Amino acid sequence: MIAVDVIVNQRRYREEVEPRLLLSDFLRHRLGLTGTHVGCEHGVCGACTVRLDGAAVRSCLLLAAQVDGSEIVTVEGLAGGGALTPLQEAFHRHHALQCGFCTPGILIAAEDLLARDLPPTREQIVDMLSGQLCRCTGYTAIVDAIAEVAGA
Amino acid sequence: MKPTQFDYVRPDSLDEALSALAETDDAKVLAGGQSLVPALNMRLLRPSTLVDINRVPELDNVTRGSTSSLVVGARVRQSDPRLNAHLVLAAVLPHVGHTVTRNRGTVCGSIAHADTAAELPLALLACDGTAVVASARGRREISAEELFLGPYTTALARDELLVESVWPELREGDGFAFEEFAQRGGDYALCMVAARVRGTELRVVVGAVAPVPTVLTVDADSPGESAVAQVEPWGSVHGSPEYFRQLVRVLVDRTVVRAKEQAA
Repeated sequence: MIAVDVIVNQRRYREEVEPRLLLSDFLRHRLGLTGTHVGCEHGVCGACTVRLDGAAVRSCLLLAAQVDGSEIVTVEGLAGGGALTPLQEAFHRHHALQCGFCTPGILIAAEDLLARDLPPTREQIVDMLSGQLCRCTGYTAIVDAIAEVAGA
Repeated sequence: MKPTQFDYVRPDSLDEALSALAETDDAKVLAGGQSLVPALNMRLLRPSTLVDINRVPELDNVTRGSTSSLVVGARVRQSDPRLNAHLVLAAVLPHVGHTVTRNRGTVCGSIAHADTAAELPLALLACDGTAVVASARGRREISAEELFLGPYTTALARDELLVESVWPELREGDGFAFEEFAQRGGDYALCMVAARVRGTELRVVVGAVAPVPTVLTVDADSPGESAVAQVEPWGSVHGSPEYFRQLVRVLVDRTVVRAKEQAA
């Protein structure tokens, strides 16, 4: 067993894990943070995307053992004090989700893009979304929501 | 889809990492994990040991080489802004996976994985680059031309770690272009081509339509047509061999035209 000392959504957890435990399963089954969704489990769909030490990553492609000493933010950690983030507000306004399965991963991936030095163009938003599968919306409303926050 | 059981080793120094590789017959190196972990999840790979190099301090370097080149350490992520200083890497990296996978995937890991449809092995060959590999037995350099032996197969020995890739810079007056055809942005290439014009020399490399990235000798007057004669694409669910030959023809012509335009 490997000791994992990790901060998730500003709360510290100390756990022991089997080496083969994926970060996605650690978050969902061990910590009960089921907002991180698991779609394909091989890095294609993007539903499990979380923020690890400031960068958006696929949690199904990381071992829980690897995040010892790190800081993670999941979708549960985006909105502070119950208020939605500007991006979440924009998703609401633009109807940028239907079933919502892909939404947690898209929010985290989009926040990563919005946090970079230059605000993303619509083209860059579309390119980023190539890694985040959504089977309901046809993407247009998602692009609109992210673009509104980016001022694009 | 969960990996089988394995031992997890997380060395804090390069020496420790190399000892761990020397001690195990079927260890795999875990860097970014963007190809390795899917293969573990699908149980295509069942290594006894994973050697996680993410905490080896020596491997995070991006430095200028002694000749005009960029030296990229084994832990450097594909999203690392330091890589944009290299024109070939800057041209190719946006095609590698997705924004999120580039945050984690490494340049050297993609090269060591040697997927024929991956961009970075082809780019290293297009630059005439080199891999620096280390083991407990010592250190050696392998040119890109000699590195890729077959699909997912390199010249690295079982106990060797690819510690650095060395990327020669384009020279003043060189022209370079890269083109890829994939079904969706971020997908593996169905066909990709890099072309470098240096004086009268024309270097064309194709990938995804041959078992390894391959340098072609092309006729400057009819580059696409002469390139097609040198490849034997196998066809797949995505298209017939003739479809892939057409991709080669078109992409070689396009890259050569663009590279010539760029050359002074």
